[in-house]
Amino acid sequence: MITIDKVAKTYSETVRIGPVDLEIPAGGVTALVGPNGAGKSTLLTMVGRLLGMDEGTVEVAGYDVGSTASKDLAKILSVLRQENHFITRLTVRQLVGFGRFPYSQGRITREDEQKISEAIDFLGLTELEGRYLDQLSGGQRQRAYVAMVLAQDTEYVLLDEPLNNLDMRHSVQMMGRLRDAARELGRTIVVVLHDINFAAHYSDRIVAMKDGGVVETGPVAEIMTDAVLTRVFDTPVQVIEGPTGPLAVYY
Amino acid sequence: MTDRTAPALADPAPPVGPGRSRTPREEPRSGSGAFADARARRRYVIVLIALAVAAAGFGVGMLAMGNPMPVGSRGFWLIAELRVTSLIVMVICAFCQATATIAFQTVTTNRIITPSIMGFESLYRVIQTGAVYLLGVAGVGALQGTTQFLLQVAAMVGLSVLLYGWLLRGKYANLQVMLLIGIIIGGGLGSVSAFMQRLLTPSEFDVLTARLFGSISNAETEYIPYAIVFCVLAGGGLWWNARTLNTVALGKDICLNLGVRHGRQTILTLVMVSVLMATSTALIGPMTFFGFLVATLTYQIAGTHDHRRLFPLGVLVGFVVLAGAYFVMDHVFYAQGVVSIIIELVGGTVFLVVILRKGRL
Repeated sequence: MITIDKVAKTYSETVRIGPVDLEIPAGGVTALVGPNGAGKSTLLTMVGRLLGMDEGTVEVAGYDVGSTASKDLAKILSVLRQENHFITRLTVRQLVGFGRFPYSQGRITREDEQKISEAIDFLGLTELEGRYLDQLSGGQRQRAYVAMVLAQDTEYVLLDEPLNNLDMRHSVQMMGRLRDAARELGRTIVVVLHDINFAAHYSDRIVAMKDGGVVETGPVAEIMTDAVLTRVFDTPVQVIEGPTGPLAVYY
Repeated sequence: MTDRTAPALADPAPPVGPGRSRTPREEPRSGSGAFADARARRRYVIVLIALAVAAAGFGVGMLAMGNPMPVGSRGFWLIAELRVTSLIVMVICAFCQATATIAFQTVTTNRIITPSIMGFESLYRVIQTGAVYLLGVAGVGALQGTTQFLLQVAAMVGLSVLLYGWLLRGKYANLQVMLLIGIIIGGGLGSVSAFMQRLLTPSEFDVLTARLFGSISNAETEYIPYAIVFCVLAGGGLWWNARTLNTVALGKDICLNLGVRHGRQTILTLVMVSVLMATSTALIGPMTFFGFLVATLTYQIAGTHDHRRLFPLGVLVGFVVLAGAYFVMDHVFYAQGVVSIIIELVGGTVFLVVILRKGRL
């Protein structure tokens, strides 16, 4: 379980995230949604200790994120941001291999190779594992990054907008893989999404944020209503029953 | 399913469903380490051996060529011993510049800016110019001696640690700001020394100029043991942290995600970089483009991201470039002391060719 207790980050007098109180139960996919500037990514990066918080505490699986040694947290929690830029030239397999760093400190063992292969196969990158990242399309590269955090073998996986810059087909594949990771591998996945319909179809819970705070949280059916979505997104939203579940129509 | 005509964009079908069966492979898959495949590993070993042979060749050549005494006689060894000093200085210089530049470019995640830009050389110039300005020609003498050497190193390391410590702990802690301030400090100190140089007499200026161009002959024998100690300490520290540096190269976010304390690692690395740069600069003077050239060449030929492989290769490249340049100047053109010109000319050309051919940095 992820317990967020009175977490706040102040950028200036008018720009402030929190204080946020939130509990994300273990297991399944939880989607963070909300309008631009709601603080979704900020909250996610604070939980993932990439960004320091000004107030409050975050506990992941009972470990306090602020005080637990970073190298121990790296075996419990992994986090991936949307922008990744490298100066080094790596193959897919070498990148995924870095996911084993918390365990092997850079000395890849036979067991590590096994885990790396599993992560690569899981994301459907088997044929591409020897390719350099700069030879891949955006969607393939994004999958390679996700394979890296899956190879990290953490119970909790936080992803900041993994669908950014992906086309329809790659978005669907990516979300399908993430849902499989939650169901088959027993991971707890927290993901920031822009598209409410992706969140509705692929996640188990939705956390809606607005103006730096959490305004709604609950199972998909509770959030996917005209009233809730209209309030969260500040724009008229109509929820209709689609062939595969509720669909939000906002244009 | 797979589009063979456009392999780079083709997507293999994602595996479907739980419990999918995959044909077991006979050989365990590998290639997650320093090298992508066996070919890259073999290439690295060949390059390393070739450079080691070239380095040994230049080393022996420098000791033996143009030696007027018959090989093996007592006189031959006396002359060779005198030349050993400059050989050791070259090794120290190559070691400092190569490891410091590679480590610096890793923690700053860029491959263009080198430690020289952080005000090291400007500080050296100010110290040298200030001594001549205040004390006249005698000032150059006043800067010679072991104590003065150690003080110069301490001043340069102190300045950089102060700068990093302040900038990396502050509210706007990021490397861009640090580099910007480094450039401004470098420019400011440069102007101070330029101003003092205007006021020197021509003879004083002439003496000073000799000190302001990097030259192996600037090095005093008595400094060498201290320089070696600094190299061993700082170089050892970087080697110890080399695997962590591999993750630092992936950027702050991924590095933190992998459980590395990025801020601490950055400061530690920058301290070791400043010790190496200060040692090299205080020993032989400024070598502005040498580190850049060596690091760039090393990345191009190494074929790996692993710092345990990059550091030794970089040192060898540095030594071959330096010793090669000296060898050519001394024994082909009979023009001693203009080595930095050769290094920058050849280095610049190689760099341009590499960039134009590869189309990337």
